[in-house]
Amino acid sequence: MSNRIVNWFKFASPQTFYPLAGKMIPWFWALTAVFGLVGLYIGFFVAPTDAQQGEGYRIIFIHVPASWLSMFIYLIMAFWAALGLGFNTRLSGMMASALAPTGALMAFLSLWTGALWGKPMWGTWWVWDARLTSELILFFLYLGFIALQSAIDDARRADKAGAVLALVGVANIPIIYFSVKWWNTLHQGASVSLTRSPSMAQTMLWGMLLMALAFWMYSIAVSLTRVRAIILERERHAGWVEELKELKS
Amino acid sequence: MKPRHKRFALIGGGLAVLGLAAALVLNAFQSNLVFFFTPTQIAAGEAPKGKAFRIGGLVKDGSLKRQPDGLTVQFIVTDTAKEFPVAYTGILPDLFREGKGVVAQGKLGENGLFTASEVLAKHDENYMPPEAQHAVDEAHKAAKTVKQ
Repeated sequence: MSNRIVNWFKFASPQTFYPLAGKMIPWFWALTAVFGLVGLYIGFFVAPTDAQQGEGYRIIFIHVPASWLSMFIYLIMAFWAALGLGFNTRLSGMMASALAPTGALMAFLSLWTGALWGKPMWGTWWVWDARLTSELILFFLYLGFIALQSAIDDARRADKAGAVLALVGVANIPIIYFSVKWWNTLHQGASVSLTRSPSMAQTMLWGMLLMALAFWMYSIAVSLTRVRAIILERERHAGWVEELKELKS
Repeated sequence: MKPRHKRFALIGGGLAVLGLAAALVLNAFQSNLVFFFTPTQIAAGEAPKGKAFRIGGLVKDGSLKRQPDGLTVQFIVTDTAKEFPVAYTGILPDLFREGKGVVAQGKLGENGLFTASEVLAKHDENYMPPEAQHAVDEAHKAAKTVKQ
């Protein structure tokens, strides 16, 4: 058991994590491609037309995965932020910073596709209901996190300030998720949840889950690439970075 | 207690206090976070009087009437307990159907007629192919005849 813990903590150092991340990235890109292609194929060609919304509902294959990931990435970001604050590890802060832009992208995609979907179905691009507003706040939290971190020159202090903001923002995640239950909203309730069977046709659900996996794998691949760049930038004066083969040329 | 444990305790305590604060704030804002009022709530006087608000519910089956000018429609919004007539002039969203969800913004007149300035369709979270929808409708019909 103690052996295991030692092994895990070994990768908490940027020096050992950098090559590990490099090795993992191609695999996550491959998974993104596989899940994405199958998911899109099912989404466009296999999943049936919806009885109420016709073909327009197919934007769900982008909208729902993006929304899930926007919330999930925030939780992961806050997790790293908490670890960084608690353990004072360098890598945790770098992970949090690496996740933020991807999370912001997902929140933006969720809002944007939601607007495109809302106009034909609801009759409006935007309403200030609890679900939409809390998702917008999530987008601003990501932007605020990025802005705060880039406003502070000292990387370790930037990590700490960002971590506090990330942790404060965590309160928003359950609000987004449960908003459709707690209040009257224009946005409909969840089609897929842990507590009951999904209210979607099987093939639609498969398409959506595969697309969610594709988005997930993409997020990991991009964040790992970004964290490698952050590691290089922050550790540029360290001996091991100067020894790196890929930087020798 | 190691400093590390202390820091984690601080983080945990901070999050707990924050969560509590968020819960209290949300509880206080409860009434402002409501996007629409159901006919039952309006009948109970919970909706703001003399001000614009939104009414939400189902469009009652067979209640949609078009005025001769072709643009003005009148329909009844119901939550199966209480109902209110709604008048609206304009283009209805594609998903506006009898028996489906609707949210209308406007003012409630003295005569109990809700005059809407905007009508939005609220759809449910069920996604299924038309054949499955047909089967569900048939099953509902069958269930109704059995009850009667």
